[in-house]
Amino acid sequence: MEAYLDNSATTQVFENVTEIMTRVMHVHYGNPSSLHAKGLEAEKYIKTAKGIMAGQLKVREKEIFFTSGGTESNNLAVIGTAMANKRAGNHIITTRIEHPSVLNACKFLEEEGFEVTYLPVDKNGVVLLDKLEEAVTDNTILVSIMYVNNEIGSLQPFSEISEIIRRKNPKTVIHSDAVQAFGKCRIFPQKEGIDLLSASAHKLHGPKGAGMLYVNSRIKIKPLFYGGNQQDGLRSGTENVPGIAGFGEAVKMAYDNLDEKTQRLSQMKRDFISHLEKLEDVTVFSKNEGCFAPHIISAGFAGVKSEVLLHALEEKEIYVSSGSACNSHKKASSATLQAIGVPKDLLDNTLRFSLSYETAEEELDYTIETLTQLLPKLRLYRKR
Amino acid sequence: MFKSFLIKYAEIGIKGRNRYLFEDALVGNIRLMLDALEGKFRVYKTSGRIYVDVESDFDYEETVACLKRVFGIAGICPVLQVEDNGFEELTREVLEYLDKVYPDKNKTFKVQARRARKNYPIDSMEINRKLGGAILEAFPEIKVDVHAPDILLNVEIREMINIYSIIIPGPGGMPVGTAGSAMLLLSGGIDSPVAGYMISKRGVRIDAVYFHAPPYTSERAKQKVVDLAAKVAAYTGPINLKVVNFTDIQLYIYEKCPHDELTIIMRRYMMRIAEHFAKEQGCLGLITGESIGQVASQTMKSLAATNEVCTMPVYRPLIAFDKQDIVDIALRIDTYETSILPYEDCCTIFVAKHPVTKPNLNIIKKSETRLEEKITGLVDEAIRTAENIEIIPG
Repeated sequence: MEAYLDNSATTQVFENVTEIMTRVMHVHYGNPSSLHAKGLEAEKYIKTAKGIMAGQLKVREKEIFFTSGGTESNNLAVIGTAMANKRAGNHIITTRIEHPSVLNACKFLEEEGFEVTYLPVDKNGVVLLDKLEEAVTDNTILVSIMYVNNEIGSLQPFSEISEIIRRKNPKTVIHSDAVQAFGKCRIFPQKEGIDLLSASAHKLHGPKGAGMLYVNSRIKIKPLFYGGNQQDGLRSGTENVPGIAGFGEAVKMAYDNLDEKTQRLSQMKRDFISHLEKLEDVTVFSKNEGCFAPHIISAGFAGVKSEVLLHALEEKEIYVSSGSACNSHKKASSATLQAIGVPKDLLDNTLRFSLSYETAEEELDYTIETLTQLLPKLRLYRKR
Repeated sequence: MFKSFLIKYAEIGIKGRNRYLFEDALVGNIRLMLDALEGKFRVYKTSGRIYVDVESDFDYEETVACLKRVFGIAGICPVLQVEDNGFEELTREVLEYLDKVYPDKNKTFKVQARRARKNYPIDSMEINRKLGGAILEAFPEIKVDVHAPDILLNVEIREMINIYSIIIPGPGGMPVGTAGSAMLLLSGGIDSPVAGYMISKRGVRIDAVYFHAPPYTSERAKQKVVDLAAKVAAYTGPINLKVVNFTDIQLYIYEKCPHDELTIIMRRYMMRIAEHFAKEQGCLGLITGESIGQVASQTMKSLAATNEVCTMPVYRPLIAFDKQDIVDIALRIDTYETSILPYEDCCTIFVAKHPVTKPNLNIIKKSETRLEEKITGLVDEAIRTAENIEIIPG
């Protein structure tokens, strides 16, 4: 049996999505900027996708911009805002648990003379609101806080966050990296006070290489690329029409029956955690239901290196991540796990199980069963 | 402009009555290596010379790069071959050759003619003089230097006439296969690929064995070794790689033996298994990338302890090399970048904090007796389940 529990790294593409993409590539392959009918056909796919996204977010279609993925969306949001608001101030606030595409964009801006505050989080990975309040000043041009954390799944109380920021500085732009949230949570940027919101197609059964940035029309940001002025000049370059069409279709399917699917996932997560906790020496970090998204489970396995456990599970066709997949190429302990206070001896012993609506109960049962067999065997050879 | 290469070889020339064996091997190896390129190449031996003629469109740079990896080649000379249409025509061809190959004429030269075909109407000295005169006349900046010329222009009168002046250094060494074959213990590190390269350069065909320890090592670590083997194979030709699952043996040693002796005992079993495959495949020795004192398992005492299990010669070409010297070669043969990829291999995961650096062979042997119950079965199993991967040059 195979258990793919790495859906926060990437997901299998839905068949409907592949179908629509194939159609775009083979039949409606025009350049949306072309004046002729082939161009118009292609443009329609983009319009449809925009409509789907705008509908779900309850925003206007012209506020949706397509990019090459989450990383570009985050860079465009963070760097684009900073560059457009240089005169208003040079202070940026983010958190210690952001994705590298936000953190490293901030590092770049620090080199360019901006000041960045990295907010701490509590043991549930939620931003410390009093620290946030302290940090916002007249000089703050941007606050970037992720919606759902990619490693532990922590959710942020966005309405409260925006309220605090707006009270202290109404001009501050609020960005949220919602790559792990879009398609899994109902997000309403207007209501929650989010001006910029990033999303990625391949995290919700869409194709790789397609991303989205919602930009509130009152916000001015500078583009990263210069060229043919497609997408109102904010993102030059011929649109990735098959990717965008597939993205739209994937979003439609993700939000179809969302509440029912979320309920099922939550129940699965609850069961999985209770089974995990019955195993010896396992610590679950993403337990508190109010604070965590229903699709990510982060757990520490004392005495077993996460990489070893990961490969042992792989031999049984169970696929998981150690830390976050983007991070596992370098040998540094996860900043997120450190930020939520995971004890030192569990930092390199933590696995992430990430589910999707497609995950079957049997996959989780099989995983628990396999862990039950593997853990005692692997622990025989603890480093003495 | 070049459609032909003259291949110079050094050491083969002195091999007496075996010479044809070496030459034929070199011709065969050149053919094999050029096979991977696009283009039609004719490789042949004639009157003590090896030529590569190109009979189609080809990529000059790529072809030279390929020939530079064939052991046994001392020099590669791109040759202009012209038909004999009289001396005047030859003079014209020589001038055109010089003009094309040396856009900057501010150089010294010497003509070196040779008549393999003695019925050519003008003798060598005369050719030298006449061509030299014509060159001086055609290109006023150029000067003659008979002792150390920048350009040594060779004109060889054979069936066709060869004109050449460029000698691109080859890798040297001996044609692969002429010395026999040996089994390389290949890890994912920097040293072992270099060791394989060096021994192969002496004419040795290489087979390799890699020990992996899933789940303690990943598929990526194994892929890295496969990629490394392909880089080595770019010089040595196809390699038969055995991938041995070493996990159970490693865990068993870990369970039964003192941890500071772990690496030594582990390496002793690796040598035993490598030797088994070496014998099975008709190899005449083992090759390792060890260098005295580089790590705890490579002190002289450790090497002696590891060596003790082998009945075959173990070739350690890097034994007296500093790390930087090894890195330099790794960079030159393009294995370095792959070697430094960060996937753990089984040598780094089970290391004790303070491994023994001066193992006492008697103590090691005594520790190994604790393994008696199961070790033979585990070794047999590891040998039986080893995966065979045919590595083609990459």
